[in-house]
Amino acid sequence: MENVLSLVPVLIKMAIVVGVLLLLPLPLTWLERKIAAHIQQRPGPMRVGWHGLLQPLADAIKLLTKEDHIPAEADRMLFSIAPVVALVPPFLVFVAIPIGDPIQMFGTEIALSISDLNVGLLFILAVSGIGVFGTILAGWASNSKYAVLGSLRSIAQMISYEIPMGFSVIGVVMLAGSMQLSQIVSSQQGLWNVVVQPIGFFVFFVSGLAEAQRIPFDLPEAEGDLGAGYHTEYSGIRFSLFMLAEYLVVVVLAFLNVLLFFGGWLGGPAFLPATIWLLLKVGFFIWVFMWLRFTFPRYRYDQLMAIGWKLLLPLSLLNILVSGFVML
Amino acid sequence: MTDVTVINEVTTDTGLSREVLMNLGPQHPSTHGVLRLLLQMDGEIIERVEPHIGLLHRGTEKLFESFTYTQIFPLTDRLDYLCPPSNNLGYALAVEALLGIKAPERAQYIRVIMAELSRISGHLLITGALPMDVGAMTSLLYTMRDREMVMDLMEMISGVRMHTSFCRVGGVREDLPEGCAARILEFCDIFAARISDYETLLENNRIFLARVENIGTITGEDAIALGLSGPNLRASGVDWDIRRDEPYEIYDQLEFEVITRDDGDCYDRWKCRVDEMRESLRMIRQCVRQMPEGDILIDDPKIAFPVDKDLLAHSMETHIHHFELAAYGFKVPKGEVYTAIEAPKGELGYYLISDGSEKPFRLKVRAPSFVNLQALTERTTNIKYLADVIAMLGSLDPVMGEVDK
Repeated sequence: MENVLSLVPVLIKMAIVVGVLLLLPLPLTWLERKIAAHIQQRPGPMRVGWHGLLQPLADAIKLLTKEDHIPAEADRMLFSIAPVVALVPPFLVFVAIPIGDPIQMFGTEIALSISDLNVGLLFILAVSGIGVFGTILAGWASNSKYAVLGSLRSIAQMISYEIPMGFSVIGVVMLAGSMQLSQIVSSQQGLWNVVVQPIGFFVFFVSGLAEAQRIPFDLPEAEGDLGAGYHTEYSGIRFSLFMLAEYLVVVVLAFLNVLLFFGGWLGGPAFLPATIWLLLKVGFFIWVFMWLRFTFPRYRYDQLMAIGWKLLLPLSLLNILVSGFVML
Repeated sequence: MTDVTVINEVTTDTGLSREVLMNLGPQHPSTHGVLRLLLQMDGEIIERVEPHIGLLHRGTEKLFESFTYTQIFPLTDRLDYLCPPSNNLGYALAVEALLGIKAPERAQYIRVIMAELSRISGHLLITGALPMDVGAMTSLLYTMRDREMVMDLMEMISGVRMHTSFCRVGGVREDLPEGCAARILEFCDIFAARISDYETLLENNRIFLARVENIGTITGEDAIALGLSGPNLRASGVDWDIRRDEPYEIYDQLEFEVITRDDGDCYDRWKCRVDEMRESLRMIRQCVRQMPEGDILIDDPKIAFPVDKDLLAHSMETHIHHFELAAYGFKVPKGEVYTAIEAPKGELGYYLISDGSEKPFRLKVRAPSFVNLQALTERTTNIKYLADVIAMLGSLDPVMGEVDK
């Protein structure tokens, strides 16, 4: 009985996380369109609801009621599985992401994460690596040259950028002496990692952009040359699952940037609850990602590879080396 | 995955390499209309590029033959639909050459103002569209915003935003409306600052430069051999501009520089157009200042409607001419003529054969985009990747309405 009772808070937390994450892309799409519009000197969605606030709902209804089309030559099973495969990892990542120090409630201590794993960071990197399978499967199953090219680019890009990304956080792990995210945050008491590890942050940020396939690294879905890349053949609900996954990856990245390099929930003004302060920072990073998207052109495939292997990888290795020397 | 047509198997030292054919377009965001490119590709690497045209073919040249000379103007609008006044002008010059007449000076100024405005409108699209093709979406929205100002001016002058059909054989349809000159000058002032904005926005952007510099290089000799014209030719260092070298209308009375660049890559073709917009502004300013008062249509009742509309009510002869013109059009003496103007895309030529009737026997259009599109082949140096083809296509700036006719 005791064991079952201890499951209750976990289940409640899981329900909250899943619920929030499922709904989060709705305001995010609105936000992205508004940010895009204001950068481009136009009003953006204005018709549905106040300043287009209900536009995401209208979009959702449109996407859900559209014909769910599967190309005749496609591999039907893989084609249906791919969006789910792409969507699950960003959800899983949130298992290990804490949003504050443990709080006292109903006489027990409740951690503000589903599970504060002691190898949290490793878990996150590993799980988010699975996301690329969704892209690969989508491209392969569509049986379209555009989609295959998109997923080919995606594979190469993911592999190339996961390495500097993994290396760039090693410096942070060395400083904290732990892979537990809550420990990493508390190690930044007084001084944020971005100050100590500027190169690490740079590499992490850039390779994060590439991992999330955002401009200037959005080659897998470069509409300029590939139409829509790996999800060219997708429509309706399956397409929206890809969109959902894309937005969640952005949220995950924003969280990781804040937790690893910007002190997590630490350092906020006293009147703000720590969690709100964390979410503000995360919101800022989400805004930065969207801002970049409407400001930069896109790299070419070979240039992208060159940046990954010739710039970011040596930089991240250098970063580990320097951190090691300083710590010794 | 079911079979992909493998068209060529090459054994290299890294293993078997399979080349496949891929259709780019006609429904594709980056083909600027309905161009279909057949690509032979080895992965991302381009082995062969083959443009397939004809998807926008409307039989315009055949249609010309069943229209009277005045009715043809709206058809020419739809060639390069980004700059109809230029197309009108070129056609009007061809007919005027056969008739042996010239438009009154004021009309010539109005035509040149509109042609240069339309050059700005055409170049603005490519200024924004090339960066968009390489991923920077925002620039297109900026240039479209400024193009809107040109559209407003067009609307003020002709009552229509795009297909103005404002030229007539022997002049233009109407005089500039009141206050138009001031509006044009105001536009010149605003827009001059905007051009600099685009330059700072894109010229210092390393990603943009990496995508367009040293991509799709065309040497001057190749450019001439391919028959390129306009900014595409001048970007390769060939100093040729019909406005200066074979002046028509009042271009010989204007001061302007012919912009040339040295490298002939995508960036140069883009930059050449940006700089040309400045020169266009200069010409428009001069035109507005120098423009004389006077008639806007030739005073020949057999060719043009009377300028003084009151005559229609009082003079029987004018009335008859008006009816004849409106019902049957005017006759053009037998003969052949080729006239060329410097349209925004390059040399726009009209080869007109008249059999002496009210309709042309044959009117052939030498469309600059059609010729320029030839440069899009794998033989052009420095096109290696799929993304380069897009940049190259964008920088050549073809308009399919003109390519297919």
